[in-house]
Amino acid sequence: ARMFLRLLSDIQWRAANPKWRGMTSSRRSTSTTAEPHPVSLPAQAQVVICGGGITGTSVAYHLSKMGWKDIVLLEQGRLAAGTTRFCAGIVSTARPMSIELKMAHYSNKLYEQLEQETGVPTGYTKTGSISLAQTQDRLISLKRIASSLNVMGIPCEIITPKEAVQLHPLINIHDLVGAMYVPEDALVTSANVSLALATAASRNGVQIHERTSVSHVTVQKGRVTGVETDRGRIQCQYFVNCAGQWAYELGHSGEEPVHIPLHACEHFYLLTHPLTEPLSSSLPTVVDPDGRIYVRNWQGGILSGGFEKNPKPLFTEGRNQLEIQNLQEDWDHFGPLLSALLRRMPGLEALQIMQLVNCPESFTPDMRCIMGESPTARGYFVLAGMNSAGISYGGGAGKYLAEWMVNGYPSDNVWPLDLKRFGTLQSSRTFLRHRVMEVMPLMCDLKVPRWDFQTGRQLRTSPLYDRLDAQGARWMEKHGFERVKYFVPPGNDLLDLGHSKTFYKPDWFDIVGAEVKCCKEAVCVIDMSSFTKFEISSTGDQALESLQYLFSNDLDVPVGHVVHTGMLNEKGGYENDCSIARLSKRSFFMISPTDQQVHCWAWLKNRLPDDSNLTLEDVTWKYTALNLIGPRAVDVLSELSYAPMTAEHFPSLFCKEMSVGYANGIRVMSITHTGEPGFVLYIPIEYALHVYNEVMNMGQKYGIRNAGYYALRSLRIEKFFAFWGQDLDAFTTPMECGREFQVKLEKGMDFVGQEALLEQKQNGVYKRFTMFILEDHDTDMDLWPWWGEPIFRNGRYVGKTTSSAYSYTLERHVCLGFVHNFDEKTGEELVVTTDFINQGEYEIDIAGQRFQAKAKLYPFSSLFTQRRRKDEVELSGYQRE
Amino acid sequence: FYLTPPQVNSILKANEYSFKVPEFDGKNVSSVLGFDSNQLPANAPIEDRRSAATCLQTRGMLLGVFDGHAGCACAQAVSERLFYYIAVSLLPHETLLEIENAVESGRALLPILQWHKHPNDYFSKEASKLYFNSLRTYWQELIDLNSGETTDVREALINAFKRLDNDISLEAQVGDPNSFLNYLVLRVAFSGATACVAHVDGVDLHIANTGDSRAMLGVQEEDGSWSAVNLSYDHNAQNEHEVARVKMEHPKSEEKSLVKQDRLLGLLMPFRAFGDVKFKWSIELQKRVVESGPDQLNDNEYTKFIPPNYHTPPYLTAEPEVIHHKLRPQDKFLVLATDGLWETMHRQDVARIVGEYLTGVHHQQPIAVGGYKVTLGQMHGLLTERRARISSVFEDQNAATHLIRHAVGNNEFGTVDHERLSKMLSLPEELARMYRDDITIIVVQFNSHVI
Repeated sequence: ARMFLRLLSDIQWRAANPKWRGMTSSRRSTSTTAEPHPVSLPAQAQVVICGGGITGTSVAYHLSKMGWKDIVLLEQGRLAAGTTRFCAGIVSTARPMSIELKMAHYSNKLYEQLEQETGVPTGYTKTGSISLAQTQDRLISLKRIASSLNVMGIPCEIITPKEAVQLHPLINIHDLVGAMYVPEDALVTSANVSLALATAASRNGVQIHERTSVSHVTVQKGRVTGVETDRGRIQCQYFVNCAGQWAYELGHSGEEPVHIPLHACEHFYLLTHPLTEPLSSSLPTVVDPDGRIYVRNWQGGILSGGFEKNPKPLFTEGRNQLEIQNLQEDWDHFGPLLSALLRRMPGLEALQIMQLVNCPESFTPDMRCIMGESPTARGYFVLAGMNSAGISYGGGAGKYLAEWMVNGYPSDNVWPLDLKRFGTLQSSRTFLRHRVMEVMPLMCDLKVPRWDFQTGRQLRTSPLYDRLDAQGARWMEKHGFERVKYFVPPGNDLLDLGHSKTFYKPDWFDIVGAEVKCCKEAVCVIDMSSFTKFEISSTGDQALESLQYLFSNDLDVPVGHVVHTGMLNEKGGYENDCSIARLSKRSFFMISPTDQQVHCWAWLKNRLPDDSNLTLEDVTWKYTALNLIGPRAVDVLSELSYAPMTAEHFPSLFCKEMSVGYANGIRVMSITHTGEPGFVLYIPIEYALHVYNEVMNMGQKYGIRNAGYYALRSLRIEKFFAFWGQDLDAFTTPMECGREFQVKLEKGMDFVGQEALLEQKQNGVYKRFTMFILEDHDTDMDLWPWWGEPIFRNGRYVGKTTSSAYSYTLERHVCLGFVHNFDEKTGEELVVTTDFINQGEYEIDIAGQRFQAKAKLYPFSSLFTQRRRKDEVELSGYQRE
Repeated sequence: FYLTPPQVNSILKANEYSFKVPEFDGKNVSSVLGFDSNQLPANAPIEDRRSAATCLQTRGMLLGVFDGHAGCACAQAVSERLFYYIAVSLLPHETLLEIENAVESGRALLPILQWHKHPNDYFSKEASKLYFNSLRTYWQELIDLNSGETTDVREALINAFKRLDNDISLEAQVGDPNSFLNYLVLRVAFSGATACVAHVDGVDLHIANTGDSRAMLGVQEEDGSWSAVNLSYDHNAQNEHEVARVKMEHPKSEEKSLVKQDRLLGLLMPFRAFGDVKFKWSIELQKRVVESGPDQLNDNEYTKFIPPNYHTPPYLTAEPEVIHHKLRPQDKFLVLATDGLWETMHRQDVARIVGEYLTGVHHQQPIAVGGYKVTLGQMHGLLTERRARISSVFEDQNAATHLIRHAVGNNEFGTVDHERLSKMLSLPEELARMYRDDITIIVVQFNSHVI
């Protein structure tokens, strides 16, 4: 029945949208009459790609370029006939995230030469683009993007409204405060780009079959073995799901579901007849995010669409014929966008309408596309969920995925896009429907530091959630888990419904300051239950042996010791950064960042020997974690346990099961992830409320209070602790962030990444994690750093910041980031030495304004109040947020 | 948290109710087509009440809104009882006799009222016997009086209001052996309620009002526009006649202390109300009742507290002001609402919003450009016009809900702003009362074919 529906709906899909025929010229016939399939499907192939849109053809193109030839691309209808054909064809590089920016930049370069390479006309025109700012805050966000474009070598400038009108005479500038001009942005005929990629791929040996739908993918023993189609079965080692808005359904069609969290929304744009004096095809594209619209020239007239505040999600229950038929022009829905268009370009009033196109786009829970390998089915790759930027990202995303498949890893850090950042918990259709209704308007909304999603919340919570909430907790979310940002003290204004939407000093500044002070002087409790927690145990030495191989530090430590260690890849880069406690000779307790739940699990599962005597268990849900930070934590805990907790009895980096209050079996670890003294208690959840109450009651005389992650963040950054996912990624090695001491190169056995680290030890590193103290920065008046700010050394760009926070102790902003050493002439990366770091004048660029910064490779020892174990020098902490 | 439009709708629609007068032979012979009603709480629990019923032994329909204060007990009692008092006041002598005989001989009673019950309406079961006895005493007195004259609606309304208030006062003085009931009648008497009641019989519309709820008539002018006609006067400090009345009823020496800070004796906003015996009884009576009352009453600071400058009670009356209006074809609807609505919206806006809602509820066909030549400007004009017409009407099947949506969600441009709605409706309980009052609305639609 599923296959029947799929075929039938494909026909309906095009029958319902007969008008796009005129839009592109390369394919004349789109009739739905069945043609005989001339070529039968091969019985087997190395790779099967499902989807003939921009992502599928890009993956095929890049795979075949990299030398893989045995590839079959299946398209249920016609090539480039889905969202790809209907999309607006704007190639825009103005992206806030570095990896997205790189993908878009690469796509632009790729499309530019594609016509020459393939002979297929792509309609590539370098028109440039102008992004308009109606408010100062918007201008700040544009300036931040401009800074990152410039250091990438992409021309870009902030211009005045008057300069904007010189570039595009139709713009009404009376309500503008500025704009950003990116001269190399381009327009393409999107379907033809896809066809050109397909043509090149086909020349390289890729077999393309249209009108072939995949019904499901077969997986055996956790590996892809083949695909079932309506025209027979193909055996294959790799499957790539590029099915766009159908990717979710396709992922769920097999026996073992692959969760690809995306959801379609209707997307509208307008086409007009030419102006009396037709618009030049080189006129720049105009993006007016405050008006929620974009406008490009199109055949002498314009094409204009946007991202409305009240999106219309569809296909929540899967592909649905009724919904496909109802995909019609909805002028009433488009009304606000039309108003915004006429406000921006009043001269267009007399322009005659040609058509309002309704083209569904797929969106993801965090506005970033989805790529990578399934955590459960090896060989099952995904590239989908482009959030209406399929053309901009398609080229680059296809390249990264092809590299991933061929080399085992992409050439850049794509963790922000990795499928494994999601788990099954983001896969509920209700969640996705609600979330994409928030995401689509967010495409245009101003994104200030520390914004949070509002929908799909309160999914995973600590058992203390209500208690903390009643005490004024303000929440943020990570991997579906609610975590406290800070506590609003009683009596503070509850009416503040406006949050703290600012690029400047936020309204919680003093609140967090008070929490930090309490951590330094007394004791605070932070609920850190969201951490990913695994237990690894075995009957013999298997657990220890496996961990010794997979982790860089020496785990053969006495029972009760806690080890900070990286889980490295072959290149020595951090796949995960964790603390591992040796609970007994044969069992280990592993704490990782919250969003490692899927990734780390898959990484370990794929690498641990298949041995029934070795068990890996995810115990995340079993424990509530309370972090007691501060000099009086020791007093609170010893009073509650009648056990001496001083450094002699309970040294730093130690773990012991003990009783707290009435509750037994609490795992107490003497780490706080902040460099401050204290303990984390891992409490079986049924005891959570009891232990919390006991701690709070007992703590009263020591001045205990609740605190949140913002305080934690300030504490860890001022002590130069890096955390995975923000500062550390798969392309950063321990050598590059001063953590050589967490690597035991001579631990008597090989481990993953050892060779790469040995080489680095010998030859030096090419980037170095550095701490910057902003010197001439006025906390009250100046823009605050966030992350991603360019770092300049002696006036030249050397890298970007990865995180930043205000240090209440230093009374300065602290930024963390990586310093590179680019050769002045060739741009080649050279070795970064300590001298190179120390002998430079540094500046941090915040939205175009540069602030002097002092670089440090070691934290201020004065900030540490605690005597530390000998083998753990000051950089030992690691942090996760 | 941010409320999605469906969440907003479910809050707004939680208490809505619509009633359509049934048709006979495909014709509605009544002057009333039906009514829409709704309420949005700000107090927890809500202190507003509403009632609607059709008189069965006489003609006409009764509708009322009741705004309680110092608790909801009085408003609840009035909403249960007042219409019976009115109905009885309107009954001819023979019917009263018939009813009395039926009670006497234990036969089934003639039904007096057909209630149109709202979703959350309830009748206090425990008190029904007590209430019934008081009502029976009233009709027995009416039978004894037998004036022989045909009952005047105005008089009936005034008598009913006054009699019910009197009964509330008496029941509290007498008390009840059942401790629950005893406490109940005291709570009813010590709390207060305003009442705004409409009696519609053919083209005769009577409004009896006590307090600061309001009745407003929606009139469609010849050019199609909407205007509002007030059918009640607010009994509060803004009404100079009312201030003058209060001053006249008390010695000159009290002139300065009677109305302070726009409140009666500096305490009470409405100048007329049911219950509120603290403003009606003598100090001695209050003390006696409170002292002999149950402990809950004795421990309650509010009930023990005697208003300052309390020299010549009563200061408060439940006597309504009655306005009679003969319905004309251009009178399309009547809005009864508690002051929660009128605080936020001008009556002209109320008339316009309800008028446009009632005339434009029809779904609009989607626009398709097809092969026509349409410019962006023309399309924009067309859409703006459509939007103005449909906007939020689209979402509501109930005129009262629609009005509440505007009252709570209107921005400075007079259009419903979802973000504002979402914020206002997600206010925590303790804050909601600072931003809005309980709102209760009944919109009665008239039948132009009959009038």
